[in-house]
Amino acid sequence: MNTTEILFFFLSALAIFSAIMVLISKNPIHSVLWLVAVFFAISGHYILLNAQFLAIVNMIVYAGAIMVLFLFVVMLMNLNAETEPQKNLWMKLAGVISGGCLLMVLVSLVRQATDLNAKKAMTTTGDIGLIKNLGKLLFSEYVVPFEITSVLFLSAMIGAIVIGKKE
Amino acid sequence: MPIQYYIYLSLVLFSIGIIGVLTRRNAIIVFMCIELMLNSVNLLLVAFSKMHLAFATANDKLATTVGTDGQLFVFFIMVVAAAEVSVGLAIIVMLYRNTHSVDINFLNRLKN
Repeated sequence: MNTTEILFFFLSALAIFSAIMVLISKNPIHSVLWLVAVFFAISGHYILLNAQFLAIVNMIVYAGAIMVLFLFVVMLMNLNAETEPQKNLWMKLAGVISGGCLLMVLVSLVRQATDLNAKKAMTTTGDIGLIKNLGKLLFSEYVVPFEITSVLFLSAMIGAIVIGKKE
Repeated sequence: MPIQYYIYLSLVLFSIGIIGVLTRRNAIIVFMCIELMLNSVNLLLVAFSKMHLAFATANDKLATTVGTDGQLFVFFIMVVAAAEVSVGLAIIVMLYRNTHSVDINFLNRLKN
């Protein structure tokens, strides 16, 4: 086992464990913090795949901005383990079973796909994830979607203000 | 690294997100599980872009920018997710202001 494999399995175990802890922690603040751990593990995977720009953006935008927004809302509402609404046990069991069925079907699908055998993802080499290549493509071929993004952000901003303001 | 490992990891994370949406009743946690599902798809897109690059460079040494599109799609997914979070959290804050709870069962009042 070389270093890349050890890092891959460590980051995968960290991501899955933190994702499970997001579900089972009673306190919403702990859930938010575990989700930050998931995002850091996924950023580690991006670095392992040599997608350095996405790793940094994932850390800044997701683990930084979005999760702080979640934390801010949770603390604003003063949510804690006592006020946490609970579903009954049968509903939880039904949810876990249906999610497990979906996982089982998808995994069996991937196992049967002979196309995927011997295909490898390039780790630690290949520089398409560097900002030079991404920027060239973003401002030449994808410049129209990039501009439309600004309209999306403007409408999201106006929408959030209109919804959030008091009557 | 075989591509199947990345697919299995993404599937597990996506299923955990689905289970969270189905089993939790706190609207904020449901929203966070949707973010988790978006992130698992992002990871899969990056892995596939690097798989595509490995396949292309094996046949043609000059094809060094194949698969950049996949990583740009991840960039656009992050943009849409940021916009979605701002609007969604505004809706949750409004729900809390009206009902003093973030229980998603209160949303069945939308029926009438």
